[in-house]
Order: sequence, then structure tokens, then C-alpha cells
Amino acid sequence: MEKLKDKLPPISQLGPFIALVIACIFFAVTTDRFFSAENLSLILQQVMVVGVLAIGQTLIILTAGIDLSCGMLMALGSIVMTKFAADLGMPTVLAVLCGIGVTVLFGFINGWLVTTIRLPPFIVTLGTFNVAFAITQLYSQAQTVTEVPDAMVWLGNTFKLGGGAVSYGVVLMIVLYVLVWLWLRETGAGRHVYAVGNNPEATRLVGIPTERVLLGVYVLAGLFYGIAALLAVARTGVGDPNAGQTENLDTITAVVLGGTSLFGGRGVILGSLAGAVVVGVLRNGLTLMGVSSVYQVLVTGILVILAVSVDQLSRKSVR
Amino acid sequence: MHRNLAAPAAAVAALTLCIGSAFAAGEPVIGLITKTETNPFFVKMKEGATAEAKAKGAKLLSGAGKADGDNAGQVTAMENMIAAGAKTILITPSDSKAIIPAIKKAQEKGVMVIALDSPTDPADATDALFATDNYKAGVLIGEYAKVALAGKPAKIVTLDLFPGHPVGAQRHNGFLQGFGLPSNDAKNNELAKPAEVVCSADSFGDRAKGQTAMENCLQKAPDVNLVYTINEPAAAGAYNALKKAGKEKNVIIVSVDGGCEGVENVGKGVIAATSQQYPLKMASMGVAAGVDYAKTGKKVSGYTDTGVTLIAAKPVPGVQSVDVKTGLSMCWGKK
Repeated sequence: MEKLKDKLPPISQLGPFIALVIACIFFAVTTDRFFSAENLSLILQQVMVVGVLAIGQTLIILTAGIDLSCGMLMALGSIVMTKFAADLGMPTVLAVLCGIGVTVLFGFINGWLVTTIRLPPFIVTLGTFNVAFAITQLYSQAQTVTEVPDAMVWLGNTFKLGGGAVSYGVVLMIVLYVLVWLWLRETGAGRHVYAVGNNPEATRLVGIPTERVLLGVYVLAGLFYGIAALLAVARTGVGDPNAGQTENLDTITAVVLGGTSLFGGRGVILGSLAGAVVVGVLRNGLTLMGVSSVYQVLVTGILVILAVSVDQLSRKSVR
Repeated sequence: MHRNLAAPAAAVAALTLCIGSAFAAGEPVIGLITKTETNPFFVKMKEGATAEAKAKGAKLLSGAGKADGDNAGQVTAMENMIAAGAKTILITPSDSKAIIPAIKKAQEKGVMVIALDSPTDPADATDALFATDNYKAGVLIGEYAKVALAGKPAKIVTLDLFPGHPVGAQRHNGFLQGFGLPSNDAKNNELAKPAEVVCSADSFGDRAKGQTAMENCLQKAPDVNLVYTINEPAAAGAYNALKKAGKEKNVIIVSVDGGCEGVENVGKGVIAATSQQYPLKMASMGVAAGVDYAKTGKKVSGYTDTGVTLIAAKPVPGVQSVDVKTGLSMCWGKK
């Protein structure tokens, strides 16, 4: 019985895709420039940073946690990799690895505080958000790093595909989503992530090391933030110390729109991608229509409330 | 019991001592409250205030909100400074309206409040305003762009700040006025939108958001030839978008600020022209006025224009501008 229910996607998981289709149809009808390969690939480029951050955020929310620090960790990572390359003359690959290393380290700190000191993720990541912000500002002296080696922005380059120009970063984002989707579905470790979020006590009782799973999730999230840092550098061509300040809420928006439950244990990673794209489609489409960006914020807010309500109602109906 | 009382008692004693010493030295105390501590513009402002305070023998206290828009943080800083004996407060209001009750309270205590960089709304809520004429800053780049386009029909993209901000409206409308298009006057907070403006989007003065906004506008108006940007980070983002579309050579970007990174971008041809403003001057004038007030009891009043200069790598006939080298000698931020 339970298995059958799992196989049929509930409305909360189809929701983001329905919203995406409706938004696309709406803009395709109202503006003549929306529905072109070029424009659609552009939207994907615009959401690739938030999209990859949202992978980490989804994993953490699946464990009934939340991460407020993701955007700042990304900013710190991108400052570290660009400054190491520009100021210290480090080879690009090594500098990138150092940047990712820093975000992984912060992911580990988040996870360690959550599992060992048993602090709520909200508070822990609020703390690391501020710490990472301050370190970013101090280390960069609030200056943008402009001397970025060409190899570091390679992911921002594009190749032609069906009339549109697709950036390598977008391909990377999609590959990461598919990999994580398969990992969550097909491996024991992936299913443990759901189990920990669903019922940590029961999970512990059946012998799954819940704390190791949790710690692993935070470290893994740090890895994705590091990759997002590289994508941010690739997209803007600089290391920007003022980046990342709103990305925590942007990723939570994407995850919630994507149908993942903030109570943990339920959700599909691909929904987060759809959630991020919906926001990008709204921003792009409304600009093409010549409508103020405030309306994008308005529609996003309404969609978030809808998504959370659907999740809450479907939880009730299950029980 | 004793131990419980000891700590607060010591704190009170220390505080009294602090305030006492501020007065005892007889030096005027001046408070500077910026929007943030980290933005190079405000760093430069603080630098100007510190130097002037040192030269005039005043004591400078400084504080800031946590982020742009943090009104509560600015109010707290103001209260603390007045408690510490400040008789003059220099403030760059994060929220032009919400800060007013706190300013009124300060003025009732005999404190002179001067707005730097951005006005309050209404502007006469502060004793005086030392700021860039943002409308004029817009007019200068508008005039430059008009000549630089050399008679080609204008297809303009504007990358604005965010809705409802007076500085954003003044620069935008000033730019259109300078270009010779129908526009709104300096007091109007609505963005004018003549037919030549083919696309407008909000950049929030941010590089990444400016790039996204420009990309979207390029979809709407692929034949754009002139881009107005609210500030230089947004201009850098716009250039990046144009470069990716292979259109950076045919498009003129103009901007406002005069930060060192921005002026360097004028030198590199990223930005054609920018209007430079002078935060250091705003702050040093403010400190001088504060010292004057402490000594003579005379307040300053009204609006003082702290000046704006057009910086362009390629000067155009009929529009006065200075070169990149001169601009760099007066810029703010790290060179």
C-alpha cells in the first residue's frame, strides 16, 4: 500500500511543474520574444547559481533542517578562489579547490554544531551566515576581485544548441540534479536522508547512524555551495564580496515551490530545479512585458503560500 | 548579593566616566552614521570625517546600520551617540521617512542633524543636507550620451535602482532631461518613460542583478544602443551581458558614482562616461559645521551641493568632462 502511494506523485510534487507550464504559456502568449530557444537558455543561465545552491538546501531541508548560510558561503568561496588566483598567483584548479574547500569546511562546521552540540540548524546557520559575511568583507576589503583567470570563468562560456546558446554551467547544474536525484532514489545512503528527516528516532532505532547521515548532508551541501561559488564567478566574471546576501531565502523559495516539505522527509530534488526556474521565468517574462519587478516578488510570494498550503493539506490527508 | 550589584555598578561608573571624559576634554563630539560599514563609498566618507575631526580637534563617533535599509540600527546608533554627548549627528538615511521621528527627538535635545548623501523625505526634517545633486549627475551623462550617439535614433535601456527611491528617480529623470527627452522634474519620484526608452529594469545597484536585468532587456530590445545605469556595479553587470551577446562595441553605457573601480572601467572602455560624486567632501563639511555649532551655537541650514564632475575617456564637443587620470585622483574606494 505505502509503496503504491510513493510511486504516484502527489499534487505537491507536480505543483511546481504545473506552475512552470502555466507561466511559460502565459508569457509565450503575452510577449512575442519569450518562447525562443535563446531566451529560454538565458533563463537557465540566470538561475544556475541559485539552482545549484538549492541542491544543498534541499538536502538539508529533507532532514528537517534549514540553511541560512548558503549564499554567504558561496560569496566567501568565490572570493577565496578569485583572490587566491589573482593575489597569490595560484593555479586556477588549485584556487578553485581551495574555494570549494572553504565552503565544505563551513558545511562541516554547520553539521558538527548541529549533530554534536545539538543546536537548531536555524541558529547555527544564522551564526555562520554572519561569520562568513564578515570574513568575506574583511578578506576582500569589500573590493570586487576583477583579475579572474580565463579558465575560472570557463563554465560561463556557451555552446550552440538548437538556436540557443547553452552555458556549460547550466549543463553542470542539470547533471548535478540528475546525479543527486538518482543518489536519493537508488542508494541506501540517499534513502537514509529521507528517513532521518521523516522520523529521526525510528531511524536511530533501526540502526542507521543518524548523526553521521546529518553531518554528511551538511558537508555535501557545502560542496554544492562551493560549486555554486565557481558558477557565480563564471557568470559575472568577478569575485563579488556583496553577492549571496539574499540567496538563502531565494533557495528556500525554490525548494518550497518545488514541493519539498519544510517538515522534512518528503520532496523530490527535481522540484527544486523547477522552483528556481519558475522564479527566473517570472523575472524574465515580466521584464519582457515591461512590468515592474515588484510584481515578480508579489507572484512569487503567492506561489510560496500556495505551495506550503498544498503540502500542509496533503500531510493531513495522508494521516 | 554584592557580586550581583558589582557588575551593573561598574558599568554605570564606566559609562559616566566615558561621558564625563568626553565633556571634560572640552572637545566637540560629532556622530557619523552611515548606511553600512563596508561599502567603499561610506568608508571614504568616514575617512573624510576622521581627518577633519582630527584637524579640528573634535571627537568622532561612528556607527552604521547592518545593511542598506536597516532603519532600526541607525536609530540605535543615533541614541547611543547622543547619550555619549554628541551635539551634531551626520547621517546618511537608509530610510528617508522612517528615520524622521528619531531625528525630531534628537533635535528636541538641541542636537543639530545634518543629512549626508541622501535627503530625508521631506528634506527639511534635517537642519541641513550636504549631498550630490543627483538630478544634475543624471543630466551630465544624458548630455554626454546625446552627443556621443551622434544623431543616431536612441534605443535606451535604463537599469534603475528599485521602485520608489528618490535618488534612483532623480538620476533616471535627470539623464532623460539631459538627453533632451520629455522627463520629470527633480522633485518627482516617478520614473519618466518616453518612447525612446525601450526597456527599464531594476538592478538594485548590484552587479549580478544588473547583468540579469540587462540580459532580459536584450531579449526585449536587441537593437539597444544606449544604456543608463544607476551606478557602476550595475554598469559592469550590463557590460558583461552585452559582451556575452557580442554587442558591447555598439552600445554606450553611462553611469553615476565615480568609485575607483568605476573610473577604471571608464579607462577600459566598459563605461563611456560617469558622474563622480564626493563622499569625503560631504563628511568633512559636516564635521566642520559640527565644530562650528559647538563653538558658536550657529546651525547650518538648507542644501549644499557637494559637486559632481563628468568623467569620460573620450570627451565630446560641447560637454565639459575630465579624463580618467583626473577622475582616479579624486575617486573613492581602493585604487
